[in-house]
Amino acid sequence: MSSPRSLPYSLAINEALHQMMDMDTSVFLIGQGVKSPWYVGNTARGLLERFGEKRVIDTPVSENAVTGAAVGSAIAGMKPVVVHPRVDFMMYAMDPIINEAANWFYMNGGRVSVPVVFWGIINRKGEQAAQHSQAIHGVFAHIPGLKVVMPSTAYDAKGLMIAAIQDPNPVVFMDERLLYGFKGDVPEELYQVEIGKGCIRREGQDVTITAVSLMVHEALKAADQLAADGVSAEVIDLRTVKPLDRELIVDSVRKTGRLVVTDVGWQSFGVSAEIAALVSETAFDALKASVARVALPDCPAPASIALENSYYPTANDIVQAVRRLG
Amino acid sequence: MKDNQFFLNLYRMMLRIRLFEESLVDPILNRDIHTPCHLYSGQEAIAVGVCAALSREDYVFGNHRSHGHFLAKGGSMKDLAAEVYCRESGCSRGRGGSMHLIDPDVGMMGSAPIVAGTIPLAVGAALASSIRGDGHVSVSFFGDGATGEGGLYESLNFAALKRLPVIFACENNLYATHMPIRECRVSQPIGRIAEPFGIEVHTVDGNDVLQVHDASRKAVDTCRRGDGPVFMEFMTYRFRGHVGPDDNIQGLHTDIRPPEEVAVWMEKDPIKKFERYLNKHGILDNEEIKGIKEDVSGEVQDAVEYAMRNSGPLDKDLRRYVFA
Repeated sequence: MSSPRSLPYSLAINEALHQMMDMDTSVFLIGQGVKSPWYVGNTARGLLERFGEKRVIDTPVSENAVTGAAVGSAIAGMKPVVVHPRVDFMMYAMDPIINEAANWFYMNGGRVSVPVVFWGIINRKGEQAAQHSQAIHGVFAHIPGLKVVMPSTAYDAKGLMIAAIQDPNPVVFMDERLLYGFKGDVPEELYQVEIGKGCIRREGQDVTITAVSLMVHEALKAADQLAADGVSAEVIDLRTVKPLDRELIVDSVRKTGRLVVTDVGWQSFGVSAEIAALVSETAFDALKASVARVALPDCPAPASIALENSYYPTANDIVQAVRRLG
Repeated sequence: MKDNQFFLNLYRMMLRIRLFEESLVDPILNRDIHTPCHLYSGQEAIAVGVCAALSREDYVFGNHRSHGHFLAKGGSMKDLAAEVYCRESGCSRGRGGSMHLIDPDVGMMGSAPIVAGTIPLAVGAALASSIRGDGHVSVSFFGDGATGEGGLYESLNFAALKRLPVIFACENNLYATHMPIRECRVSQPIGRIAEPFGIEVHTVDGNDVLQVHDASRKAVDTCRRGDGPVFMEFMTYRFRGHVGPDDNIQGLHTDIRPPEEVAVWMEKDPIKKFERYLNKHGILDNEEIKGIKEDVSGEVQDAVEYAMRNSGPLDKDLRRYVFA
């Protein structure tokens, strides 16, 4: 095994795309901005030059047709990655994603699987307001037939992109532009991070904090602050939202007896509610306190930074939630 | 070259579709069949004429009214009957019903009732062929109702931009569910919508199987040459309701279409029309036609009996096939 190098998150995705497109000629990248130097960060760097316009396809602003075309190509044997540089614009592609791709294998009795990656980039903060900042992984996780992965580190970004492309099912790969500069150790070789497996980022005894994507980093900061107060927090990175690593979460709560669920999405009817329900259904007897949640309020994203600061939860909100548990 | 066998194949396929569809009428009214069936009677010439211009490897994507597409592309009548009766032995193992018909082995890649939903999928299959350079052509069958959906226009532009080998086959039966076409759109004829995208358009009598086939063969050639896409508007009429035997309310005989209009189109029955042609050109006489009809009736009866004999999926398998 080669020695890991430090790579930024965005270039870890870029390396996954390079390696998968090199290894498998049925893999291709399609979506708005893949030949732009900035639209999708530097995740598409060098792909067009290396693989050509047939397999690196920049598109008009036509999310429904382009996403549908990716789905149709997958039905016809390709392994497309369709990128949406802003998740918000994926709303136009809900029919191909939900009605078609998610249902196709089931409603056709398992005759044809749909190996497509729907890659959506969340763009929170930056005074971008309600239609440039949304995180709708909870919506996708609600749909039978879709898998949803949300890497928090450069290592996972590469490994989950590779796993998503190799998965025979439709996978929503949702990342976050604010993570693109985060550096981490990334092996040079091709590797997968298993879909459906979370991990413990920090071990602890007193409270379990679950997090995903950017919130993992806030949760780790919170755990540092709590440690200074003598509270030992265990931080779980879901990595995959669906299928959820139920065992990892439940085992941790059985150990700590307390749970704070964090999310990058809205609190109401979302991923945090699912995890709270899971624990109340399967480990109620282990709980020493009510489950607490730290997620977005039931409110569209504001523009003004004065409001953004209250809108997006931070490590401090997680620390306070843990303290309130008693 | 068209020999007698070619004409016979077209005729037999149209008859297979018609007699299969008509065999469903009583079971639907008797509630033996529950899955919503959008019968293809009256439109047979389109599926048959188009699919006869395709090879087995070419792709077809259907819609809510796709029994005819499935059979014409080479799907088995037993698989279709079993799916309409929602049996485990159906083409979609009883998970799809009438509106989800698939047989990838013959290039029938699936059908779905979300109006215009499968159009981008057909474009995508053509994109796959374009990337692989495999020379296959993809056909999207949709109705006039789909011209109200934005995804169609996005698809036309994207397919034209990438010169994809896809045929947009619009079956204009003049009604989007209960809505006459004139109440749905200002611009007529429909084929014009493709012109601003620089797409070749053919407007064809959809009740004339030979015209459909000729135009389709040209369209397929255009696509295989790399000069696609092609838009085809087939003028036709459905003999049955939007869903089920009658319009909208099954069993109540509530056709909302003017009886005079229905009568005019019944005269243009594509099967009768083709029978007259075959007679006139000495390809089939009435006795031979009768023989083929008896033969196809037997096949339909066998298929339906096969479906009736089979059982539905087991409840323990409810969640099978959520993921591959």
